[in-house]
This record gives sequence, structure tokens and C-alpha cells, in this order.
Amino acid sequence: MAEHPNQLEVEPAGFALARERSAGGPSRKGALLDRRPGAATRFFTHPVTLRIVSAAALCLAWQWAGTVPISPAFPTFTETMAALWAMLADGSLFAAFAITLQPLLIGLVVSAILGVAVGVAMGLDERAEWFASPIFIVAQAAPLAALIPLIVFAYGIGLTSKTLVVCIMAMPVIVLNSFAAVRHTPVSLTEMGRSFLAPRRKVISRIILPAASPVIFAGLRLGCASGFIGAILAELLITPTGVGDIITYSRSIADYPSMYAAILSIIVFSVVFIEAIEQAEVILFRPEKRASP
Amino acid sequence: MIVFGRRIPMVASLLLWAILWEIIGQLQVTILLPPLSSVVMRLFEIVPTASFMSALGVTAYAFIVGNVIAIAVGVPLGILMGRSVIADRLFLPWVNLFLSAPLTALVPVIMVIFGLGQTTIILTVVLFAIWIIVLDARAGVRSISPSLVEMAHSFGANRLQAFTRIYLWAALPEILAGIRLGVIRAVKGVIIGQLLVSIVGFGALFKLYGSRFLMEHFWTALLVLFALAFILAESLAWLERRVDFYAASRG
Amino acid sequence: MNAPIALTAARPVTDSVVEVRNLDKIYAGTVQALKDITVDFPRGQLTSLLGPSGCGKTTLLKIIAGLLPASAGEVRVNGKVVSGPGPERAFVFQDFALMPWASVIKNVTFGLEMRGMAKAEREEIARRSIARVGLAGFENRYPHELSGGMRQRVGLARALCVDADVVMMDEPFSAVDEQNRRKFQEELLTLVAQEKKTFIFVTHSIEEAVYVSDRIVLLSPRPGRIAEIIEPDINRDGDTEAIRRHPVYLDTVDAIWYSLKTYLD
Ligand SMILES: Nc1ncnc2c1ncn2[C@@H]1O[C@H](COP(=O)(O)OP(=O)(O)OP(=O)(O)O)[C@@H](O)[C@H]1O
Ligand SMILES: [Mg+2]
Repeated sequence: MAEHPNQLEVEPAGFALARERSAGGPSRKGALLDRRPGAATRFFTHPVTLRIVSAAALCLAWQWAGTVPISPAFPTFTETMAALWAMLADGSLFAAFAITLQPLLIGLVVSAILGVAVGVAMGLDERAEWFASPIFIVAQAAPLAALIPLIVFAYGIGLTSKTLVVCIMAMPVIVLNSFAAVRHTPVSLTEMGRSFLAPRRKVISRIILPAASPVIFAGLRLGCASGFIGAILAELLITPTGVGDIITYSRSIADYPSMYAAILSIIVFSVVFIEAIEQAEVILFRPEKRASP
Repeated sequence: MIVFGRRIPMVASLLLWAILWEIIGQLQVTILLPPLSSVVMRLFEIVPTASFMSALGVTAYAFIVGNVIAIAVGVPLGILMGRSVIADRLFLPWVNLFLSAPLTALVPVIMVIFGLGQTTIILTVVLFAIWIIVLDARAGVRSISPSLVEMAHSFGANRLQAFTRIYLWAALPEILAGIRLGVIRAVKGVIIGQLLVSIVGFGALFKLYGSRFLMEHFWTALLVLFALAFILAESLAWLERRVDFYAASRG
Repeated sequence: MNAPIALTAARPVTDSVVEVRNLDKIYAGTVQALKDITVDFPRGQLTSLLGPSGCGKTTLLKIIAGLLPASAGEVRVNGKVVSGPGPERAFVFQDFALMPWASVIKNVTFGLEMRGMAKAEREEIARRSIARVGLAGFENRYPHELSGGMRQRVGLARALCVDADVVMMDEPFSAVDEQNRRKFQEELLTLVAQEKKTFIFVTHSIEEAVYVSDRIVLLSPRPGRIAEIIEPDINRDGDTEAIRRHPVYLDTVDAIWYSLKTYLD
């Protein structure tokens, strides 16, 4: 079980918005249809049209399923939106997010710093790899959520436990991506550094880390997604607080619109959050992407 | 790692960790971590018991059914998205959204609609596994060389033939990669589902062991679970490397 | 099979910058890549290493560059034994080895920066070097905005601006299209004539080697040894285009081909 780089869950297709833009238009190579459409067809197949159509269709389907209703526990789209609005208006949603975000942000910052450091160390040093990689390879494949009851025994039901849950969910993918990124730095780039007399320290800071940063950031995005999973799981499983509390409480009193609204809000929030990380990466670390379209 | 000119295999480090675990356990640093040896002894005692076997069976059932559904729906959907621009634009934003969304938040929805049973857990497995399968199948179809498609059409293949004879096979390496990643996610999904439902399979076992403070039992269950997950992931990776080999020779 | 004409034998080298003595290289304890290589590289000239794929050209070049350790034997540059990369040597990479996140000017100044030169000074030098390879105006572009040929010019500018005595190039034009390649070869000749530098040039193209080289070291494969050293007697002072029609050029190409043919299976 040495290094199989392809075995990592490296980011597949990325996140809709940013990638769609950078891909440069609809007609790409491959098996896509390549006919020349008429004006009307062009309007109906335009990405924006279709995105709106797709969103509208989903809302309508939701509304219809709620009015039937397919289940007594399935509110309509408008009811959910009304509940969302109510929670936004009385500020309860913001208060809930403030609580949920605490373990999440602490956990993500800790995992990011620790995870990248461990992964980079493993990439640079064979002994560190030998020592740590089996643990993280197992952790990447294993259902770490099963550790939650144990964490609760050890650290109680407070912030520490929830932060730890976020960490164990987010860390393996961050570590393994950082490791693979460093290990697969193009040899000719490091040789270039050496031949132009860069000391080891400079080869690392000026060549290896910048070359690894796209994959490290992909790992961070995946880690964030896992961290969100962990944060919600902790709130549902350990003690209901924050958004988890809204979900659990409104479920217990059968206030399904509020429950759905809370779930919708956390999903939207996580997607926006991860998108923001991607933008931050481009702005801070990828001058060549900013330079030209 | 190479020490004194000799290569020490990676597995040896797992052994080192096991020894470390044993020492910490023997020193009784924390009651949470019993020595590895006593956990292994416990393994032979509880694995054959009916409750453990049924937990394993229930979990395997939900896991397999969920994966079959995810593959049966995900692969054709991915191929469709790879083939049709309209389907792609309609579905891609949602697939991408669910890929990185905190899916645990959706489990309560499944719970209120489908109740606290196997159905909910199966659907959780599907929810975790399907998106990456769709995306990779889509990526596989998009990477098929146009000349291969043109060849099929020039030899008069109809749509169904083109699908079963060309797209499915040409995109196989990517599809398998997606399935492997989906299965790894499904392992996490099945456990998360059971923990949340908490009256089925390992979820119930963990609850039982936890409430009685049976740490050795707890670790035994964890050990079995992690080992199974790891073996599954490694064997799928092995299979995939075999197919990659065939794909490379395919040119 | 006899060569149609005798090759011009190499004259003994009087002033050599790089001396390679009894060099062996064994990879991973088993693969003998180089065996007993002894050769001199005369100052101010362009010497090519030519041979079929796998004969150890890259290996030899990297050992001279100090990027790889030798298994036996030694390399001296300006009389000093090589133990690693040094300021008197610069490398041009086959795959360009440009940092994609850095602009052209940042890529070119890399070597100077590592030597601790102040920013204003190194950018001044880099600008001149960029203009020298014909890329003036592209200083703030990024590698992905440039064509393959332009990227290799950036690699060349980076190697030129550190002002090393020896410039080493590993198949620098192999990733460049044929038209650009010919243009590059002509420019390289002008460069060799103008700069007082020693060039070591790896190629597997016979025509390229004969066109640009003052001296050609033919390597034979498995294990890599020196088969022959040739000095094509071509006058390069006049029209660069005329060289390709020069009878000595054509004869040398033929002769090398006959000589190398024996190593192909
Ligand atoms: N890192 C390595 N480990 C083991 N063997 C190697 C390594 N690098 C090169 N070799 C072997 O050493 C021999 C010489 O390789 P080298 O790359 O120097 O050849 P080359 O003349 O540059 O070939 P090419 O024209 O293909 O670039 C080859 O047989 C190659 O397989
Ligand atoms: Mg080479």
C-alpha cells in the first residue's frame, strides 16, 4: 500500500460555477453534440437559460410534491421559503449559525494547518511518510464517524468534542492531498532549482510549495466539505446546538418547513463557503490565473 | 523507508503503531484505550456472536443494495450527461452541489419521510455514493475520442448499440474510478446513517457498548469495521489498476 | 559497412573548460548507464553529445551539471572537481522547467535571485537577457500564454543571464516545432559566436548536431561509451543558411549516420 496517487479522492470535476466559466464555453472536444443550432434552439440550450429552467423545475417539482403531499413530512417549497424568511427575520438562523460555525471554523483551521504541515512533511521526508502514511490511508478509507461515541466519552458533549469530530473528518483528505502534491512535484522543476543554486529551504518555499498548492487547495476544499459533514453530524449526534438544534427541535414538533429551511440554509452556506475558498486561492496564490482570461 | 541500506516495508510502520497502542493500553493511560491484545482476544469472542453477525449482515445488506442503486442510476445518468449538452446543463449544477454538500444534514429528511429503518440507511448510502459515480461516468464519456464514436456510426450502429458497445466500454476506467470513490463514500454513509438512526446494525451495537462502557467491545467493532473498509478500498484500487492497464494498452 | 568518407578526426584539446575523466554511472546498482567516459570540452565552443535513445546523454549532462553523482571517475570544471551545481554552469531543460505561477521576468531572474542579487539589478539584467532571446515585451506574461518556442527562449534567457562559463542544453529544441527549430539552430550559432561561453548540447538529431557543433561526441548505447569524436570542418562565419548546403555538412551527416547505424538493431 505504498503511494497510489490515483487512489486519492482528488477533486473530480470541481464546483459548478467557477469551473464552468473557466472551461471556455459549451463546445468542447469529446462526444458532445456538435451541430450548429438555430437561434431558437440556441436560446433554449443556452447555459443560463438551462440553469434557470433547471432551478425552476426543481422548485416546481418540490412544490408539487409538497402539495400532493408525497409524505406528511414533506412541506411545499413556498412553506419552506416562508419558514426560512421567518428565521432570517427574527435572527434565530443567524444565532444558530454563529453556534454551528464555532466548532466548524476552529476545526477547519486546525485541520488545515496541521493537515498541510503533516502532509508536506510526509512528502518531503521518507521517514515521515513511512511513519504516518498507513494511518492516514486507513483513515481515508475508514468510516471515522464511528469514533464519535468514543470522543464523547473522552471529551464530553461540549465544543471540544464537536471540534474534534470536524478535525477527524477533515484531516485525512487534507493530509493525503498535501502529501501527494508535494511528492509529485515535477522533477525537472526541483532540478532547475538546484542547478540555479537554490538552497534546499528555497527549493521548498519557492518551487515545491507553489507547485503543490493547486492540489493542496483541492484537498482543503474536500476537507472543508468533510468538515461540514462532521459539524452537522456532531450537532445531530452529540448534543443538538445551532443549526442541528433547529433541525432536531422542529422535527420533534413536526414543524417540517422550519426543519427543511434550516437544512437548505446549511447546504447553501457550505457550497458558498467552499466556492469562496476557491476564489480566495485564485486571488491569493494563482497570479497566472488572474492575469488573463 | 531505507535504514542502513535495507528497505523497511510500509506495513512495518502499522506494526509499530500496533505496538504503541499495546504499550499505551498496558500503561492504562486512559480507560478509553484498552491494550490491543485484549481487543484482539475479544475479537474471537464477540465476532461469532449472533448480535455481531446480524449487525454485520444488516450493514452489508444496506451497503450492497445502496451501492447497486447508486451504480444503476448513477452510471446511466453520467453517460447521458456526457452525451447530451442539455441534460448536462440541467443536472450538472445539482450534481456538483450535492458532491460537496454536507449530506448528513439531509439524513433527517430521509428519516422523517421513510422512518427509522433499513430504507433510510439504504437511501443514505445512495445519497453518499451516487454523485461521484455520476461525475466520473460523465468525465469518462467526455474523454472518449470522437473518432471512436464516428467509427461506430459509420459502421451503422444504432443508439442502443452505440451505448452498450462503445460508451460503456470506452468510459470503463473512469466509471470504475467513480465506483471505487463512490463505494468508499458509501462506507461512510452507511455508518453515518446507522449512527443517526441508531437502532440498526453497528449504530445499535455502538450504542449498546457505549452505554455499558464496554471499551474492548467498542474497539473490536471499530477494528473489524476499519479493516473491512480498508480491504474493500484496496481491492477496488487493485481492480482499477488492472483495468487501467487494459486501458493503457487500449491506446 | 564502410563509411563513405573518413570523418575529420578530433584535434587534441588545448584549453578545456570541462574535463571528464573515467566516468562511470550505475543506476540502482544494476543499470550501467555510462562506462569509462573520458572527454574534454574546449572553451568557447559548442560540443554536442549525440547518440541513440538511452545511450546516457542526459545522464552525462546531469553529472556534469552536478545534479547526479557519478559512480566512479570525476568531472572538473575550470580545474575544480565538481561535487554539485555551481555558479559557473547553467542548465537549459528539455521540458523548459518554467514555474507556471511566475511571470517571464520572475522565471528569468530566478537564478540571479538565488545568488542574492538585489531586485532592481537582477531585473535590469534579466530584461537585457530577455531582449537578447527576442522576447522583449513579454516580461509580464505567464508561461501558459507563450508558445513552446517562446517558453524555451525563456529557459535560455534564464541560463544566459546568470553569466555562467558553461551552458548545458538537454535536447532544448525537441519540444519545438520544425520551423522554429531551424530558426533556433541559426540563432544558437549567432549566440555561440557572440557570447564567450562554452556550450554543451545534447541532441539525437544528426543534422542538428552537425549544423550547430564545433565538436561532436558520439555515444554508443548499453553501456554508454564514447564511440567517436568528430570535428566537422565547416566555416560558420558566413551565411548560416549556406551551411546546410555545404558539402562537408552533408558528408559528415552521412558519415555519422553510417557510424551510428551499427548500434541500431
Ligand atoms: N533514474 C534512473 N534509474 C535507472 N535507470 C535509469 C535512470 N535514468 C536513466 N536510466 C537508464 O540509463 C540509461 C541512460 O539514460 P539517459 O536518460 O541518460 O539516456 P539518453 O541518452 O538521455 O536517452 P534519450 O535520448 O531517450 O533522452 C537508459 O538505459 C535509462 O534506462
Ligand atoms: Mg535524455
